[in-house]
Amino acid sequence: MSKQIGDVILNVQHISLSFGGVKALSDISFDVCEHEIRAIIGPNGAGKSSMLNCINGVYTPQQGKITFRGQTFSHMDSHQVAVMGVARTFQNLALFKGMSVLDNIMTGRNLRMKSNLLWQAIRLGPAQREEIEHRKRVEEIIDFLEIQPYRKTPVGQLPYGLQKRVDLGRALALEPQVLLLDEPMAGMNVEEKQDMCRFILDVNDEFGTTVVLIEHDMGVVMDISDRVVVLDYGKKIGDGTPDEVRNNPEVISAYLGTGH
Amino acid sequence: MGFFLETLLGGLMAGMLYSLVALGFVLIFKASGVFNFAQGAMVLFAALAMARFSEWLNSTGLGNLWLVNLIAFVMAAAVMFCVAWVIERLVLRQLVNQEGTTLLMATLGITYFLEGLGQSLFGSDIYKIDIGMPKEPVMAFESTFPGGILINQEDLIAALIAACLVALLSLFFQKTSTGRALRAVADDHQAAQSIGIPLNRIWVIVWCVAGVVALVAGMIWGSKLGVQFSLATVALRALPVVILGGLTSVPGAIIGGLIIGVGEKLSEVYLGPYVGGGIEIWFAYVLALLFLLVRPQGLFGEKIIDRV
Repeated sequence: MSKQIGDVILNVQHISLSFGGVKALSDISFDVCEHEIRAIIGPNGAGKSSMLNCINGVYTPQQGKITFRGQTFSHMDSHQVAVMGVARTFQNLALFKGMSVLDNIMTGRNLRMKSNLLWQAIRLGPAQREEIEHRKRVEEIIDFLEIQPYRKTPVGQLPYGLQKRVDLGRALALEPQVLLLDEPMAGMNVEEKQDMCRFILDVNDEFGTTVVLIEHDMGVVMDISDRVVVLDYGKKIGDGTPDEVRNNPEVISAYLGTGH
Repeated sequence: MGFFLETLLGGLMAGMLYSLVALGFVLIFKASGVFNFAQGAMVLFAALAMARFSEWLNSTGLGNLWLVNLIAFVMAAAVMFCVAWVIERLVLRQLVNQEGTTLLMATLGITYFLEGLGQSLFGSDIYKIDIGMPKEPVMAFESTFPGGILINQEDLIAALIAACLVALLSLFFQKTSTGRALRAVADDHQAAQSIGIPLNRIWVIVWCVAGVVALVAGMIWGSKLGVQFSLATVALRALPVVILGGLTSVPGAIIGGLIIGVGEKLSEVYLGPYVGGGIEIWFAYVLALLFLLVRPQGLFGEKIIDRV
């Protein structure tokens, strides 16, 4: 691989999270380096999404710290996380269904819009320039994801695979440094999976975006990720390159099954 | 013909006033997915505030009617901002990501609280708001129809104010990035948070806007009927409008209001004599009931499709 893996950008230390008596995560630590594709895998209920939700600030872990670009937090605030440059997609689609593809992706630019309400309302001066500028970026994303024909379509009417793309597009509109993807390929057919893989690799390659992804499809994970964390029942049972993980006996028995 | 048009116009203007209240419901529902039961109480609260402020300003000897009303309006708007801020802080913030029903019940609580607070702060007598609207009707189209058409100037001005407000709100929702953020929050709290839309600030903005709409509605209704407790029940008149037009549509609130306004007046005048009158009182509700059976999302509401 020719790409340059940088320093640690995101460091998760000793995170524990429980819901009542259920331990969703216990003492999980791992790091993510700049520009890498880092996968989190594990069987159903292993705590993968919970981990992502901790990083994203949806859940507050009872213990542990998260360091992002040198700043350490005991819990992340959803809004603050977005401001710092972490975007995410959702396992179950969470798009703004009534809005068009274009508007959905435009919402991702919201953080970067500076002009005040009055200017926006009359569409003059700085607000107009700004809107055009942002619209341009959004069009680039639309081109990139190959969803040009659906620009004005309300997302609720699009097929599932395309909705997943719009979800990715909205996250990309933030121009994030770190992209958290929660099962970006769940429920897709082979062709759609290939497309999505290509987009993820391109994003990583062209923009240097660091990607943390959760995925079930082992083939995909092993193909595209640089390093893999394996969770099982809220515990970390493996961490390393795809090859290392594949040969880790604990991982084989827990995840891949003994017959593999 | 002249009489028919006169009835029609009267209906349209009455409808505009219903729309104004319905708009408050639609705004909050669109932007936060909450059916705000407290809209009627907010209308009462805002009108009471404005009536008392203008009374006080008059007593300080500020002669100019326009100035008094302007200052009183701004002060009442400030009060509604505070109400919005407190509601967000004490109620909504605690209920992020909760079921719609939970939030509905919370607004029911807010209703009683606001009704009580309004009356204990501002008093429970009948007050009047005088915004200087001309009361005498004017004649129009005298050359076209024999006798011309009698138009109530007060209604005409109220309808104009309502129309301006609606135009402004549509612009705000459709054309500004804040409007886009509001629609985003309405669709999905979590997703909106993930792209850095500050939920709390958005909610304060929505409730403020709804508060100002309530204030305008309260001001106009108040100057027609006097500011009193029954103003809170104006909201009940707006419910059928919302059902008709669709809970998620600003134009729907307007057109729903117009249909009900016109329908009420026409049916009262032309059908009333056969059934002994009184159609005006129940017409809107029966129409809403029919709509619930045939087209539950309303004329312009978003159709709910569940993918399995």
